[in-house]
Amino acid sequence: MPEEFRIEIPPIDPRWARSLVSLAAVVLATLALLSSSVYSVGTESVGVIQRFGRYVGTVDPGLRFKLPLGIDRVTILPVKRQLKMEFGFGTGGASDRFQISREQDREADMVTGDLNAAHVEWVVQYEISDPEQYLFNLREPAATLRDLSESVMREVVGDRTVDEVLTIGRQGIENAAITKLTELVTELEMGLRVQQVQLKNVHPPSAVQASFDEVNRAQQEREEMINRANGEYNKVVPRARGEAERKLQEAEGYAVKRVNEAKGDVARFKALLEQYEKAPDVTRQRLYLETMSDILPKIGSKVILDTDVQQFLPLMNLQQFQPEKKR
Amino acid sequence: MSPVPINHPALVFARRVTDALFSPAGLAGAVLLAIIVFGCAYTVDQTEQVVITQFGRPVGDPINAVDSESGAGLHFKIPVMQTANRFDKRILEWDGQPSEMTTRDKLYVVVDTFGRWRIADPLKYFQSLRDERSALSRLDDIIGSETRNVIARHDLIEVVRSDKERTPEQDALLAESGGTIGELPPIRIGRHKLEDEILAAASPKVGLWGIELLDVKIKRLNYKRGVIEKIYDRMVSERLQIAERFRSEGAGEAAKIDGKRERELQQIQSDAYRQVEEVRGKADAEASEIYANAYTASSMAADFYAFVKTLDTYRETLGRDSTLVLSTDSDLFGLLKGISAPDAQ
Repeated sequence: MPEEFRIEIPPIDPRWARSLVSLAAVVLATLALLSSSVYSVGTESVGVIQRFGRYVGTVDPGLRFKLPLGIDRVTILPVKRQLKMEFGFGTGGASDRFQISREQDREADMVTGDLNAAHVEWVVQYEISDPEQYLFNLREPAATLRDLSESVMREVVGDRTVDEVLTIGRQGIENAAITKLTELVTELEMGLRVQQVQLKNVHPPSAVQASFDEVNRAQQEREEMINRANGEYNKVVPRARGEAERKLQEAEGYAVKRVNEAKGDVARFKALLEQYEKAPDVTRQRLYLETMSDILPKIGSKVILDTDVQQFLPLMNLQQFQPEKKR
Repeated sequence: MSPVPINHPALVFARRVTDALFSPAGLAGAVLLAIIVFGCAYTVDQTEQVVITQFGRPVGDPINAVDSESGAGLHFKIPVMQTANRFDKRILEWDGQPSEMTTRDKLYVVVDTFGRWRIADPLKYFQSLRDERSALSRLDDIIGSETRNVIARHDLIEVVRSDKERTPEQDALLAESGGTIGELPPIRIGRHKLEDEILAAASPKVGLWGIELLDVKIKRLNYKRGVIEKIYDRMVSERLQIAERFRSEGAGEAAKIDGKRERELQQIQSDAYRQVEEVRGKADAEASEIYANAYTASSMAADFYAFVKTLDTYRETLGRDSTLVLSTDSDLFGLLKGISAPDAQ
């Protein structure tokens, strides 16, 4: 190998190595301290800070600093998030393990105030209102809220009749439940705020559902019977009124006609009478003859007998004088 | 060769620190510091209370207990000899198992209770129970049996209802169906008082273990399987009775309407008949009067009327199908026998 290809490595001063090691240690330590003292609080949350375990304060969203090395501990609580619990049913995809329970049927079956049974499903919506109370007063605030909700709902339903629970009293139940639940939550300083209690599906136990439906059906039937009777009434009565009116009008018409005819007859009579009074015999004869000449041509058969031939009449076969049409 | 000279004061300082730490004295110091930090110092969380024991025997007051002067934060103890026993300070949950019970009115029900408690006296608690599991099982026993006692002393309705004063809203449709539908059976005591009774009975017993029982509540209450079928039967019969009432109400209403229809029909028709006859009668009377007035105005008028009416009658009654037998005596045909008619003479 030729000489010129050798690389000359100058000897490293051992002081350099020691310096670099300590420098690296300082840098690493600084980075570790920095990274464990910076944290951020999301917009829907607050951070609760405990120094050596003791509560020292709550911070709002943003980039924050704390003491490192486990001296300060921060718990991030989503205080603006709407939380909910479902009782007696469960919609899937719940991220919160307290949102639904595994005993949904037993949760929903209740005894009403008149000792009937009902199946009640409901939802409680709540949020964290006081992070300090929420973290430090109860170990399991959410589980406690579940139990309290169940207890309160049974209490409210226990003071109502089955009909109130199923139909007319729903609003009242929601209101009473939220009032009582809020009272308990405040009293226990759970750090929660109950925003809504909503009844969902409420129905009688499936074994008696059919009889409840029967009541509804009977109700419909009653309406139907009444409607049908009313229909019959409406079909007949107005028509009878109209008929009555028609008959009355006809009678009125008859009356007018009758009177008018009478007046007409009388007028004609009076006019004739006037003539008659002037010359009774002549008028009489004229009227008689006029009438006869009107009538006689129309008469089917005429027999004129001589007064002297009295015996002819009994012999006459009247039949042969009948008009031909009649035969 | 290098931007920072090897003798830069910062580098010199760094080398000195490293050398010191790895010298025997430096290592001893570090171990001492570790003992102090990990052996002597301990933190008490806001949610904890701590009992310090020395070789198993409690020493001093509990830390961060309800009535302690010392609070949460950094505390110190003698390393190795003393141990920090931590207990929860928060309100804890006790959730009982559902169990079958009998009420005073001999109804079988399943009652599920829950309660809240806390370790009020950690020292007592530590001495008698040591851990939470045994505490919960004691609570199960005590509250379970007290609940059973209280339930057995009262009727079911006292457990179900709580507000003595409440009057239920009535469903207008069901209101008059009779029986007890839409009514609440009266109570004397109510659920709250019962829960208080259970609490009052159980509290002193668990108090001996340093436990404070805050409340006991009935979470669930239902009929036992087997009893529930009878309840369902009753509900069914109650509903069917309501249904029957609706049906008969419907039939009754319909009959009423039918009756009304019939009555109105008769009234309308007879009214019409009466009015028609009245009108016609009046008209007939008026016509008669008009005729009578005209025909009886004088004897001649009467005479003439009889004559004219007779002629009119002839005109109307005699036609093609009449056979007229006349004699030559008649006024009309008298001339057939001779020119000089009898009436002309």
